[in-house]
Amino acid sequence: MTSLPASNSGRKLGLVIDLDICVGCHACAVNCKEWNTGGHSAPLTDENPYGADPLGVWFNRVHSFEAGEGASGRTVHFPRSCLHCEEPACVTVCPTGASYKREADGIVLVNADSCIGCKLCSWACPYGAREYDYADGVMKKCTLCIDRIENQNLPEEDRVPACVSTCPASARHFGDLGDPDSDVSKLVAKRDGYELMPEMGMKPVNRYLPPRSATRHDLPETSTETDTGGTGSVFLDWVDRMLSR
Amino acid sequence: MNPAYSVIFFTTASGAGYGAVVWLVVLALIGIVPLTPALGLSVFAVSLALITAGLLSSTFHLGHPERAWRALSQWRSSWLSREGIAAIATYIPILVFAIGSLLFAAQSFIWIWAGMIAAGLCLVTVACTGMIYASLRAIPYWYTPLVMPLYIGFSLSTGAVLLIAIASIFWVTPGVLAWIAAVVTLATWSAKMVYWRQIDGASPVATAETATGLGDIGTVRLLESPHSSENFVMREMGYTIARKHAKRLRKIALVVGGVLTAAALVVAGILPAPLATCASFAALIATAVGTLVERWLFFAEARHASSLYYGATEV
Repeated sequence: MTSLPASNSGRKLGLVIDLDICVGCHACAVNCKEWNTGGHSAPLTDENPYGADPLGVWFNRVHSFEAGEGASGRTVHFPRSCLHCEEPACVTVCPTGASYKREADGIVLVNADSCIGCKLCSWACPYGAREYDYADGVMKKCTLCIDRIENQNLPEEDRVPACVSTCPASARHFGDLGDPDSDVSKLVAKRDGYELMPEMGMKPVNRYLPPRSATRHDLPETSTETDTGGTGSVFLDWVDRMLSR
Repeated sequence: MNPAYSVIFFTTASGAGYGAVVWLVVLALIGIVPLTPALGLSVFAVSLALITAGLLSSTFHLGHPERAWRALSQWRSSWLSREGIAAIATYIPILVFAIGSLLFAAQSFIWIWAGMIAAGLCLVTVACTGMIYASLRAIPYWYTPLVMPLYIGFSLSTGAVLLIAIASIFWVTPGVLAWIAAVVTLATWSAKMVYWRQIDGASPVATAETATGLGDIGTVRLLESPHSSENFVMREMGYTIARKHAKRLRKIALVVGGVLTAAALVVAGILPAPLATCASFAALIATAVGTLVERWLFFAEARHASSLYYGATEV
């Protein structure tokens, strides 16, 4: 049923992505592909993978943006995947009931067996999170790794989405954003986490943590400090001063 | 948005078919058009052929056409599902009215009711088609109040011209029908001009800054795409048309679909039968060309919010 669940458990599983830490290594995207091409929505088909113009299904993509100008400008690496919205238009537009939002935890999924591949859900998503598999003829999307987070065969520490488990910089966090006392909710509160494009009215669950403000007052000072030395030794500082005359 | 030919053909062809049925039913019931068996059969056959061809073409672009029946299940939330149900339901009163009015010439109570239900369901189906687009917030050019009425307007204007062209084959002089069609055509294209002015003057709904949330730092621009080649989202949603091409195509659509169509209709309304037939078909060609260009632009000009992650600055 593609109407949104009338009631919900209050659980809102989602991701918190720290843009201050992300180094843009694409490991999350690669491990996502690696896990999910054998997971719930398998396979994530690649067409012409070694050719000049490869095309393939990825649930997670890392964009790199520049923001601001000059010394205050920043390069920000920006991983983007399904935000598991509270009011996902991709679900309500689905004519078949293949798209649905789970009542228990709010995860948005596609039932590949009833999807007709009309692609309307991809039109309805402002975030470009859904990708059509031309080979399978059905729509695919991030599952928040439901086949990891509930998998009793995995050690407990591995029951997180593949992108979270692999991030070498710990820029990605997974948890219940519906619980104000959860680690992710506290992190969002502490770091002023925000949602993407709130004006689209989808109420995304995932949050992004902004890059910390770039206080660059250290730049000129740093260069002069290293010039005058400060080796920590009175004798060596004296040698340095003598030789610098 | 990628202007897919299957969807352009579906929306224009089925729109004209539904419009022609509405006009035939309404004008026959009022008594403006004599519903002779030959005329009735031709209009119903052509209209149902256009509607059916359009519906079939829209199922061919599905990844799994064999599962298309599933699309009828989610009418509670999905305009696409509602459109499918309305489209199928419309066949029943159309066929009842067609059979009744052709086989049993007398306009009895049942056929009149069937005709009125058919006309109503035709309009409901076209409205559902319009709402599929008008309900998508991710595409601000479509998420506007005029989009759905414009779908009905183009359905009625192209349907009226189609009806006149078919009627003119049977030497039915268009007369007052041509004047009605000319007025509806001009009214629809005037509304389209208002729509174009609205989307040109609208302030952006979302920007690269709101899409990334990085606006506090400054202007946001894409430094590096996530991948070296195109992906599905860019292929489907990333289509952009140069502004100057769009302006030129708008003029062509307006002149051919609006002005030329209306002029040909006026000529058809004035001239005697053989010449009126030529003018009616000229109007049919003009309205078809104009509406196809208009529908192509409807997709090609629409910008999707996801393009903000791939280099667009605002939508």
